Amino acid sequence: MNAKDNFLKVKHLYNRAGFGISYAELEKLSRKNLNKVVDTLLKDSQKDDPIKLVNDFESKRQLLVQAGLYAKKDLTDEEKKMRQQIVREQNEVSRDLNIAFVNQMINTAAPLREKMTLFWHGHFACRSNNPFFAQQLNNIQRTNALGSFKTLLVEVSKSPAMLQYLNNQQNRKGKPNENFARELMELFTLGRGNYTEQDIKESARSFTGWMYDKDGSFIFRQNLHDTGTKTFFGKIGNFEGENIIDIILEKPETSQFIARKVYKFFVNDNPNEDHVKELATHFYNSKYDIASMMKKMFTSDWFYSPENVGTKIKSPAEFLVGLSREFYVTYNKPQVLIQLQSSLGQYLFNPPNVAGWPGGQSWIDSSSLMLRMRIPSLVLNDGEIDFSGKADPEDEAVIALSRVATTNANANSKPKSYVNANADWPKFLGTLPKGLTPLALTEFLLQPKLNDKITTMVSDNKGLRSTAVEITSMPEYQLC
Amino acid sequence: MNRRNFLRNTGFVAAGSLFVPAFMKPLEAMALDELSLYKNLVVVQLSGGNDGLNTVIPFGNDIYYQKRKSIAIKPEEVIKLNDMQGLNPNMAALQEIHDQGWMTIINDVGYPNPDRSHFRSMDIWQTGSDSNQFLSTGWIGRYLDSNCQTCKFPYTAIEVDDSLSLAMKGQTKKGIALKDPGALYRNTNDPFFKAMLQNDKEHLDEDNLGYLYKTMIETSSSANYIQNTSKIYQSKSTYPNSGFANQLKTVSKFISSGLKTRVYYVSLSGFDTHVNQIGQQGNLLKQYGEGMAAFLKDLKTNNKLDDTLVITFSEFGRRVEQNASNGTDHGTANNMFVFGGKLKKQGIFNAAPNLSDLDTGDLKYQLDFRQVYGTILDKWLDVNNADILNKKFNTLDFI
Repeated sequence: MNAKDNFLKVKHLYNRAGFGISYAELEKLSRKNLNKVVDTLLKDSQKDDPIKLVNDFESKRQLLVQAGLYAKKDLTDEEKKMRQQIVREQNEVSRDLNIAFVNQMINTAAPLREKMTLFWHGHFACRSNNPFFAQQLNNIQRTNALGSFKTLLVEVSKSPAMLQYLNNQQNRKGKPNENFARELMELFTLGRGNYTEQDIKESARSFTGWMYDKDGSFIFRQNLHDTGTKTFFGKIGNFEGENIIDIILEKPETSQFIARKVYKFFVNDNPNEDHVKELATHFYNSKYDIASMMKKMFTSDWFYSPENVGTKIKSPAEFLVGLSREFYVTYNKPQVLIQLQSSLGQYLFNPPNVAGWPGGQSWIDSSSLMLRMRIPSLVLNDGEIDFSGKADPEDEAVIALSRVATTNANANSKPKSYVNANADWPKFLGTLPKGLTPLALTEFLLQPKLNDKITTMVSDNKGLRSTAVEITSMPEYQLC
Repeated sequence: MNRRNFLRNTGFVAAGSLFVPAFMKPLEAMALDELSLYKNLVVVQLSGGNDGLNTVIPFGNDIYYQKRKSIAIKPEEVIKLNDMQGLNPNMAALQEIHDQGWMTIINDVGYPNPDRSHFRSMDIWQTGSDSNQFLSTGWIGRYLDSNCQTCKFPYTAIEVDDSLSLAMKGQTKKGIALKDPGALYRNTNDPFFKAMLQNDKEHLDEDNLGYLYKTMIETSSSANYIQNTSKIYQSKSTYPNSGFANQLKTVSKFISSGLKTRVYYVSLSGFDTHVNQIGQQGNLLKQYGEGMAAFLKDLKTNNKLDDTLVITFSEFGRRVEQNASNGTDHGTANNMFVFGGKLKKQGIFNAAPNLSDLDTGDLKYQLDFRQVYGTILDKWLDVNNADILNKKFNTLDFI
């Protein structure tokens, strides 16, 4: 086993399966056999640490108040105020929940579980104004992130957040609402083209009565359920929701759909169909055991082949979490994390629509790319890149201009007070081995292979800190 | 030599420019007569769901007054355009525009199975999808993708904002978002980024890294081009003091200085008026009307009005009946404003909304919004609308 080779493989594994790895940890792990490292990764991620930010009791009280007010026709001013107050509180807690999720990813000791949670967060895309519902769904996705896909699917389908978002609350006997039934097959399991409109209709009938009650618990309302006979994928019976899910899981297309999506998230935007098939078959034969599929993927040779290393564009969440985790960043005004997510195009808990974030190259446009390349210097170094290079007269002019701009801008906006974050440089530098060169640090921080240009750019660098700021401001840093 | 530079105190302007003169070349190759025929589209988005019925008021219809007891605009306050409809008094600035024949109102624009969620409906309008279809590209983005004669440059579509809307994102090409060309130029003509781009030929291939560099290079050349072309232009017109008017002023500067951009995108938000609508919407409509009037007159002065078409949309209109909080809730079909110097039909394009034939309290749409897009794509941007909208839409006769 080539030590350098293993070092790079473990680094790749932790970048894809988690949110990066410290140099010290990487050195330690890469002394082990790669299969053992994968076992460690899975073992570390057994720990389930649900988010417990939202106060259950208070949320249930609010739900009951809201239900009461909703039923009334004319509200007194007092009642209107009460209603607005609840909305305000919910919005505030929703923002806190978003930050809690980001912090959980930054600080987690179970990186694969959090990464998988992020994957399911996009797969089962959902918006809810109610942070209690949103937290519950997020925790379902976390607890079952590496467990049985069936359990995950059933629990997601029964969560008030999803029942509300996909209108199953309105899906009643005699008056079916097909929204949930359609997305269940199109987006959650089989994928487009693997079912008929009739299957959707019959499935919708089977899910009638799946609802949540006033205090936000799942309830199967027998009296609203269509007990008639349904024909679903050629099977005839008096089906209920779970029967439908079972039939959907019997179809290998479901394992293929999930495996392809997992592959695109963890391996490559352009799936290699042979590899996807390998993964799907394994997933199907393991009765939809997610951890088993992940292990299969991380222990496959192709996971580490050059076309799959340093070639994926980081999602905004991966970018922000990775940077913050790497440099032990504290956000003194965590709200800025929400602003950054929003500007970069991935506001967690707020997917653009039920299909989730499209990902890949769609993350990048002129503004999001330029912003990404500025964030590291803003977060790590008060907006500065110490760059030693040749100055030509034109550069000097630009610098002079921006000095003027700086003076003028002093009055209104200072990035520091805006981003207001601190990197823990002593801690970061402490994880690096003694005598590490700027070039070696560059190789550690970037996933793509070094090229001549970057090597030249950092060749006369002296400091590790300034090198880190430069490297994280490069287009290459957008890849993992 | 070690220098400290860059980024400090430059604010949060996204997007930028780097120095790549070679990319300026194609422009010089363009024939002069081609330049003089340059037609611009300006898309104005009113976010939050503007209440169309209190914007263009059907004062000739009693049902309007019955359904909106406390928020209806009194007939004597309406700026009458015909004997059925007129403008909200806060849009007085648009009367002159209307009288000049530079404005037309299209009533009841919508789509089948309307969605009342802001996000979803905005998605539908921006992507031009059906209501049960999820597209990840915008209609202007797909126009860029079509690589047509009129949309070759990376700066073909500019959004005057910090971030880029879905409408402007195609599969392979995307518009560019910028708020202030000068700040951008300074901001990103940074020695570090310049060094990154120098001699970077090896990355110009199809993979993701190539895509990142390509985006960076295009941003750079666009920002340089935009700054260099527009910096000398000084508008003589005065604009009202509002963020929205400022966006329009920037657009006017770009158009008047001869930028080869085809599509501009600006937005004004705050139209979600569930509570105490009169004041809030009135204030926004005032900004809209005054900003738009100043913009159109400025274009006229610069002889650009005939080459410019402006459309305004919102993700949905609001319910016909007001709610108990002196506001309105999410609805469906809505009116669209169209402005320009060369309108075929001026004033009011089609029949006023039928307030007695509603779909569970909401207006039924007369025209699909993609017919409006289709008309613009076919007749103004010179592409076949079926290529962009995935099916052919019948065009309308407003241009």
